[in-house]
Amino acid sequence: MIPPFNSLEFAIVVAMFAVVTVLGFAATRWKRATSLASVEEWGLGGRRFGTAVTWFLLGGDLYTAYTFVAVPALLFGTGALGFFAVPYTIAVFPLVMFPAARMWSVCHEHGYATAADFVRGRYGSAMLALLVAITGIVATIPYIALQLTGIKAILEVMGIGGDWPLWIAFIALAAYTWTSGLRAPALIAFVKDILIYIVVLVAIIYIPYKLGGYNVIFDRAQTGLAASKMSILLTGPQYLGYSTLALGSALALFLYPHAVTGVLATRDRDVVKKNMSLLPAYSLMLGFIALLGYMAIAAHVKPVGGTAKAPNTTTIVPVLFNSQFPHWFAGIAFGAIAIGALVPAAIMGISAANTFARDIYRPYFRPRASDREEGLVGQIVSVILKLGAVGVIVGLKLSFAIELQLIGGVIVIQVLPPLVLGLYTRWYHRWALAAGWVVGMGLSIYMLYVTSSKTSAHFGSASFAFSTWGFNTKVTIWTGIIGVLANLLVATALTPLLARLPKGRDETSAADYEEAKAPPMPLGPGHAGGAA
Amino acid sequence: VLLLLLPLVAVLVPEFYNFADPSIGGMPFFYWWQLLWVGGVAVCTGIVYLATRSTR
Repeated sequence: MIPPFNSLEFAIVVAMFAVVTVLGFAATRWKRATSLASVEEWGLGGRRFGTAVTWFLLGGDLYTAYTFVAVPALLFGTGALGFFAVPYTIAVFPLVMFPAARMWSVCHEHGYATAADFVRGRYGSAMLALLVAITGIVATIPYIALQLTGIKAILEVMGIGGDWPLWIAFIALAAYTWTSGLRAPALIAFVKDILIYIVVLVAIIYIPYKLGGYNVIFDRAQTGLAASKMSILLTGPQYLGYSTLALGSALALFLYPHAVTGVLATRDRDVVKKNMSLLPAYSLMLGFIALLGYMAIAAHVKPVGGTAKAPNTTTIVPVLFNSQFPHWFAGIAFGAIAIGALVPAAIMGISAANTFARDIYRPYFRPRASDREEGLVGQIVSVILKLGAVGVIVGLKLSFAIELQLIGGVIVIQVLPPLVLGLYTRWYHRWALAAGWVVGMGLSIYMLYVTSSKTSAHFGSASFAFSTWGFNTKVTIWTGIIGVLANLLVATALTPLLARLPKGRDETSAADYEEAKAPPMPLGPGHAGGAA
Repeated sequence: VLLLLLPLVAVLVPEFYNFADPSIGGMPFFYWWQLLWVGGVAVCTGIVYLATRSTR
């Protein structure tokens, strides 16, 4: 069933989109630098963002459209398991607080712009840096595609067929990130977050009020889920899956290039730490958004699109809004979700492009590339990535968009040993870390490959069932945890064995990771170099 | 450091909170316990930030 086209909703969404596009271009002038033509300025906003901007930027970056669309869809489809997003976004902040601060300090000291820059400087290994760079880029692409599924869900619910609006949205996005760089999503994030807060506040008060209170919602959700043998509480075998999913996603989150970009774009180390205690405000919102999934069950929402066997559950939130809100407010809500997808997509495109320009193009293709040329390559790559993501999404059908993000997490967590351990110790040998990466990545991809879902035989889900290996149990675990444990094991075992091989030059010193004693030095135009 | 561990243990071990009762305003314990810890984690990281920030 395709819902009727609603011109009021469509007009509101288009108007909001137009405002945001203008803002995106105007952002070029914001905190203006002499020239935007370098990775430093274009891709990190000149490293000048303070507490408030960072809060909006990281918030817009980490709590993306998937929050709005995919998390409730997961609760709608699987019950309590979907609520893992809440412990996940709680666990992440205490975990990353200190590593992120150390990362900021060392990157500031040496002018590193990406995680791979740091790895190259720390281990003197361009090869290991290449692995980190590729991992980051590959993991980011499904994440960008995930943002698109959010927009796509809205379009479907508004009764707009075809993919042309997606192309238009992303061409506009590509155009203003080209001119404004990281400043564009930072500025748009303000608008997006304020809109989303309003929509969520209204939704969590107004919808329960219409449906008869949270009591009714949970009761009906339980009844609805019981029909498909799910529950609003976890079952015993789900415990391990739930906590490893939350823990693993938390560990993976700040390994993504776009999260690193958000951290490195800040003005100083305290801004990073302060945000770790301010960002949880978004998690509270996320928790309530998640419950929209139950509200959808209670309101008897039917997903739009997909097939009878595999309905497109990502549409349930837009459908819920459409059925509960007056059209003008549903239009605003849809606009907010659409913008909410554009901000992270822009940041992700920029960070993946930074990584390509800095860690693949410069070391491997043009060692003598100027800052200007490096910046230009970044701009071009970011456009290619965005259009590529549209292509991916137009070509693929997905019932649980969130699995895309989980698979990205499984991949990106493999850079944890070189990156996070590297922030604390230089004990590990670079070749041992590379070997660990190969084993961990190989194992994870194999495990993902043999995991089937209702709709596909391979890459069905990031929850690995032990029964695949012949164990007689229903217990599942988040695939990335096994992969990263194998990775650590190999890296640890091989390090003593490889002690005779050259260790590579470490251009950082212990003091670089701590707070600067002297006032921070202004960053020159120079960059990290000196790769072995 | 202990302050940072507290919220981790509180939300990553479902054995602690996988119950329906007591519920608040119709929301089962499972849900409000985890939502409560969003505030908890903000307080914990906030204290650690204040204790470790550079004095300027």
